[in-house]
Amino acid sequence: MKQTNEFKLLGKKPTRHGFGEGLVVLGERYDNVIVLGGDITGSVMTSFFRDRFPERFFSIGVAEQNATTIAVGFALSGKIAFFSSYSAFAAFRNADQLRVSVCYNEANVKIGGGHSGITVGPDGATHQSLEEIAYLRTLPKMTLIVPCDYSQAKKATIAIGEMHGPAYIRFGRSAVPMFTTEDTEFEIGKADIYREGSDIAIIACGIMVWEALIAAEELNKRKGIKARVINCHTIKPIDIITIIDSAKLCGAIVTAEEHQIHGGLGAAVAEVVVKNYPVPIEFVGVRDSFGSSGEPEELMVKFGLTWKEIYASALRAIQRKEMGETQIRKVTDVDFFNE
Amino acid sequence: MELNIEFSQEIFENKRRQAEDFRPLATEIRRDIIKSLVLAKSGHSGGPLGIADVMAVLYFGAYMKYNPKNPKWEERDRFVLSAGHLCPVLYSVLARAGYFPIDELKTLRKYGSRLQGHPGIDMNLPGLEVSTGSLGQGISIAVGMAMSDKLVDKNNRKVFCLTGDGELQEGSCWEAAMAAANFKLDNLCWIVDNNDCQIDGRVRDVMSIYPLDKKFEAFNFDVINIDAHNYNEIIAALDKFIDNHKNKINKPTAIIAKSFMGKGVSFMEDDYNWHGIPPNPEQALKALEELSNT
Ligand SMILES: Cc1ncc(C[n+]2csc(CCOP(=O)(O)OP(=O)(O)O)c2C)c(N)n1
Repeated sequence: MKQTNEFKLLGKKPTRHGFGEGLVVLGERYDNVIVLGGDITGSVMTSFFRDRFPERFFSIGVAEQNATTIAVGFALSGKIAFFSSYSAFAAFRNADQLRVSVCYNEANVKIGGGHSGITVGPDGATHQSLEEIAYLRTLPKMTLIVPCDYSQAKKATIAIGEMHGPAYIRFGRSAVPMFTTEDTEFEIGKADIYREGSDIAIIACGIMVWEALIAAEELNKRKGIKARVINCHTIKPIDIITIIDSAKLCGAIVTAEEHQIHGGLGAAVAEVVVKNYPVPIEFVGVRDSFGSSGEPEELMVKFGLTWKEIYASALRAIQRKEMGETQIRKVTDVDFFNE
Repeated sequence: MELNIEFSQEIFENKRRQAEDFRPLATEIRRDIIKSLVLAKSGHSGGPLGIADVMAVLYFGAYMKYNPKNPKWEERDRFVLSAGHLCPVLYSVLARAGYFPIDELKTLRKYGSRLQGHPGIDMNLPGLEVSTGSLGQGISIAVGMAMSDKLVDKNNRKVFCLTGDGELQEGSCWEAAMAAANFKLDNLCWIVDNNDCQIDGRVRDVMSIYPLDKKFEAFNFDVINIDAHNYNEIIAALDKFIDNHKNKINKPTAIIAKSFMGKGVSFMEDDYNWHGIPPNPEQALKALEELSNT
C-alpha cells in the first residue's frame, strides 16, 4: 500500500502502550479473549486488560513455558489466548512450547514479546533479545509482526487478535518516535511504502523505520539520492511482491532492524531477493554480539542502529550496484562519515 | 537535587564473627546498594536490601573459601546468583571482599561498566562466577557445578546458590531440586530469599509456591527455616550446612530465609513496589540517614 502522506514526528511513546491498549479493544469486542500474566503485567501493559477484565485475566507467575502451554489449552477450548512477557523469555524460554504446542497445533495463541531489542537499556544483555525474529520466522504457521511505533503496535495487536492461528508481536520498553496515526494503513503481510524513491530501497521494521526515514531525508539533502522507504512490519508472512518490486525498481537494498543481522528481517529479505531478482543488499543491525547495559539512545549509537549506519550502507549498496557484480569484491567498508 | 555520593573504602575480612558483628557490615552493604542504585537511576532496590544480612554472613563469616587476589583459585567455593536482578548486593559484597575497587560501584548499569544490570561474565568482573538474569537457570548451573565437584573431581568444594521465591515459579527450579537430591549433593547449599514479594505482588497471590519447606523436604533436602534478619539463625543455618557437607549426609541443604523486601529502609520494607526501582535522590538521602543509625 502506498502512503502519500509525509511522516512527521508526533512525539514519543513506548510501543508497549499500543499493545496494552489494543488488548483492551479486543477484550471489548470479543468475550473469548483471555490474557495470561507472567509477573510483569505492569511492564508489558497487560495490566490494562487485567484492570478492565479481571475475570478474563489469569496470573501464571514467572513460568513462561507453563503460560505458553496453558494458553494452548485455552485456545483449544475456543479462546483467543494472549500471553505476554519480555521477548527474552517469551520467545526463548518457551521455544519448544511455541514450536510443538502452539504452532504444530495451529493454536489460536498470541504472544506479546515486550522489552525487545537493545533499547531495554540498563538491564543489559540478558534482557536484550536480539535473536527472536530469527527463531520465530522459521516456525511454520507463525505470524510475526514488528510494529514501528505506538499506533501501529495497537493496530497490529488488534489485527493478530482478529486473525486465526499463532502470532507474535514484538514491541519495546522505552519511549520511541511516534509518526503513524489512526489513519495510517496497516494490514498483516502487506509492507508499506512510506517514501518513494528509485535509487535505493530501505526496508526496515520496528524502531528502525523512523531511522530509515531520517536516512532517506539525509541521502536526498546531501547527495540527491532518492530512497524508497518500506515499513516491513510483518516479517512472516513476508511481503514478497513489494520486496521484488523494490529490488527491480531500485537495484539495491538496505535492511535495518533492532536485531542481529543474522536470521532476521535482512535475512528474510535476502531470501526473497536472491531467489527472484538478485541485487546488492547491505544489512544494518547488531553484528553478532550480545547487548550491554547503557541508556537506550546511547546503545543505539554504540551498536550501530541509527540513521547514520543506514545512510552509509545505502551509499555502499549503491556503489556495489554501480560497479556491477564482478567488481563487488573491490568494495571495502568505507566510513562515509570520515570522508 | 544533586547528591554527592562517596563510598567508604573499608574492606571486610572473611572470618568467624559474633552474631552482632555482622550488623555494621550488612549496614554498609545496604548503603552501597542505595548509593549505587541512586547513581544508576534504574535497578532493583528491594531484593538486594532484603538479603543483605544473609550475604554479609555468607561472604564474611568464613563459610566460603575464596581469595580476592586469586579469583580463579581452584579450591574456592562458588556462589551462583540465580536471581540475577539481585546483583547490586553481590557487587557490594565482592567489592567489600576486595575483588575490585569499591568506587567501581559508582558505575552500576552504565555503558562499558563491569557491573552490568544483570551479571555478565563477558565483562570479566573478578569474583563473578556466571552470567545470570533469566530466572531459574542459575540453580541448575549450581547443581552442575556441585555434580562436577562431588562426582567427577571428587574434591571438597562447596557451591552456594541464591534464588528468589517468585523465581521458584519457574518449573526448571524443581527439575534442579530433583537432580540435586538424586545426585545426593551435600556440597550444595540452596538459599531461598523468601520475601513473598515479586513484581506483580505477593508471591502467594501471583502464583503460590507454598508450602515451601514441605516441598523441599519431599524432594529430599535437609531444610532449614530461618529469619533472614536474625544473625544467630543465619549462622546456625550455615553451620548446619557445613556440618552436612563434612558429614556427607548425601542430601542437599535448602535454607529458606524468611526476609523482608527492602529491609533496613522504613519506606521500602515489605513493599513489592520496590522490587525493580531505584531510590530518587531524596529517597536515597533519607535511606542513607536511616542506615547510619543502625
Ligand atoms: C525467565 C525470566 N522471566 C521473567 C523475568 C523478569 N523478572 C525479573 S525479577 C522477576 C520477579 C522475581 O521475583 P523474586 O524471585 O521473588 O525476586 P524479588 O521480587 O524478591 O526480588 C521477574 C519476573 C526474568 N528475569 N527471567
